[in-house]
Amino acid sequence: MQIIETGNTAAALGVKLARAQVIAAYPITPQTPLTEKLSEFIESGEMQAEYIPVESEHSALAICIAATSAGARSFTATSSNGLLYMHEQIQWAAGARLPLVMCVANRGVGAPWTIWNDHQDSISQRDTGWIQIYANDHQQIIDSVIKAFCLAEEVMVPVMICYDGYILSHTHMPFDVPDSEKVDAFLPPYRPPYALDPADPSNLNTVTMPDGRADVRGDISLGYMEIRHLLQRDMIEAVPALERVEERFQSVFGRGGNPYVEPYRCDDADYIAVSLGSLSYQLHDVVDTLRDEGVRAGVLSVHLYRPFPDRIIAEALNGCSGVVVFEKALSYGYQGPLCSDIKSALYRHAEGRPFVTNYILGLGGREITTQDLYEALKASCFPDGGAGEETRWIGLRFL
Amino acid sequence: MKTTILDLPEEELLNPGNRACAGCALGIAYRVGLKALGRDTLLVVPPSCLTVLQGLFPIAATKLPSLNVTFASTASAATGLLAALKVTGRTGVNVAAWAGDGGTSDIGLQALSAACERGDNFLFVCYDNEGYMNTGVQRSGTTPQWAITANTPFKGKMQPNKDVPAIMAAHGIDYVAATSAAYPLDLYDKVKKALSYGGVKYIHIHTPCPPGWGFEPRYAVKVGKLAVETGLYELYEIEKSQLRHTGASLKLMEKRRLLPVKDYLRAQSRFRTMSDAEMEKIQDLVTRKWEGYFESFDEIEGGE
Repeated sequence: MQIIETGNTAAALGVKLARAQVIAAYPITPQTPLTEKLSEFIESGEMQAEYIPVESEHSALAICIAATSAGARSFTATSSNGLLYMHEQIQWAAGARLPLVMCVANRGVGAPWTIWNDHQDSISQRDTGWIQIYANDHQQIIDSVIKAFCLAEEVMVPVMICYDGYILSHTHMPFDVPDSEKVDAFLPPYRPPYALDPADPSNLNTVTMPDGRADVRGDISLGYMEIRHLLQRDMIEAVPALERVEERFQSVFGRGGNPYVEPYRCDDADYIAVSLGSLSYQLHDVVDTLRDEGVRAGVLSVHLYRPFPDRIIAEALNGCSGVVVFEKALSYGYQGPLCSDIKSALYRHAEGRPFVTNYILGLGGREITTQDLYEALKASCFPDGGAGEETRWIGLRFL
Repeated sequence: MKTTILDLPEEELLNPGNRACAGCALGIAYRVGLKALGRDTLLVVPPSCLTVLQGLFPIAATKLPSLNVTFASTASAATGLLAALKVTGRTGVNVAAWAGDGGTSDIGLQALSAACERGDNFLFVCYDNEGYMNTGVQRSGTTPQWAITANTPFKGKMQPNKDVPAIMAAHGIDYVAATSAAYPLDLYDKVKKALSYGGVKYIHIHTPCPPGWGFEPRYAVKVGKLAVETGLYELYEIEKSQLRHTGASLKLMEKRRLLPVKDYLRAQSRFRTMSDAEMEKIQDLVTRKWEGYFESFDEIEGGE
């Protein structure tokens, strides 16, 4: 069914269709309409789930962690400082191998306070052992949420679905709401491989020594490092697993495609702009204009950020002479994290060595004008245009 | 309800040979508490001495399913377990959280308060060994005034402790109790009674700690009893807002005789820097408080 609704509503509908059983969330702008919508679904009886209104994001994820440990499909959502407040629990959920799904309506982080969009919140959680997927529009939000549960439960790694605060969370856009019966066929009820149960007692997440120890039968258990290695192994396995999920989704719903990256006019491109989230679509217009001017430019939108599909990204960038990474986040004291990752992928897998330019923009909701993007990309397409390879900021007014 | 030692279930849910320190009173409290909870229980444990007692992977000292969670999230995790039991249609399973005093009165208080306000149906037990013992005896919100700890090393703690059961009672929950590992039957009856109520039930267990408090391991029960018999620690329950003393504390009302607080304080090296004058001040406070108790006890007794 086609509807015109907000990105937050798209996410809420995805959670409802996925039949999440336990939802715990704490209000934070711009995530709030998503959790309000879920409260509505549950209180009206449209959705069968437990909604726990908590006193903090730390507790929201604590509840999801415990509920999933006892065998329930669980969901939470947050933004900005709420995500940062969860940080300990985010690490815990991944280490405990719980197939949680969380939506992040991306927002900049304090201080100073900002309520507007950038990606510093979710990017700062990059190394926690969660799968991170960035959606570019409302259709991708609702579809990604449904696929996320499927992927999480297959590889037993939690998934974060990130979408731009306000730009997507609060804007209306037409999208298709998948048929509930089809979703049920695509995503069967959660069957946990293990769950807390008095009939089969186990002690989960106990203190684990650097080396494995013998159990009562004398069998040597895994040590901490082996357990962490399994997380890395399964994160890497999530790359092909996502393709299988995507293929199944496509066969049931008739839409989808490349789950890793979304290339636009990249095939013969000399210069490729790379970005995360809705910014990619704004870059489409810029590339169209440059193409009209005879510059062979393209856009590569990265959907799957962790695990980082480096080979796939390097292949998509193969043959171009310049890569221009536009980012709404920064590793302070160095460069944009996506830029570092792209360079690393090119170093490992690319045949040539395209130059890589990095632009930081849109922090704390600073407006990103198409004109600014055009000028930056154009300057980068002509290396003598002065862009160079240093990280540059777009849209600064006073410096 | 007055359970005798012969009435306790024979089945042990806590294995012997666990990693608790010699003489640890938590061993008594946990063993008896789990007997009262029974097999159909899910446990939640934050980092604390209990994490150590429960054992190192892959061996567990507890025969009940147990979820280790982050420090601040004990009560929220209990709520999560309840929610999962509900949505997966499992009934008749108790959820019990066991946290230390730091995990309850300091870092865990916010989540616990929220669970009380929501009325989530689980038992929260605080075993109070009056400090961060697992990390090497640092001060906590329940460390008593004057106690030497690793970060109050010379003068002792300057501030009095938080009254955690009073904080819990202020949430208007149906059942709050204070008990002691030195009185396991009192503890057992309180856990049993707590389970008959809905919402969050709170039980505070005074839990003497030989290395942290500075006494010989063989004296854990003796020190626990001295705390009660001197009137410094009280056994009571607040049932639907009605406070009443129980067990040994109730007997003190009848006998109208307390042991001097010095007997308790001088039995532990953590109070070694306390002067006699300081102990006298504490004695005065305790004496005055108990005189009030005796009066109201007489009124109630006289009225009957």
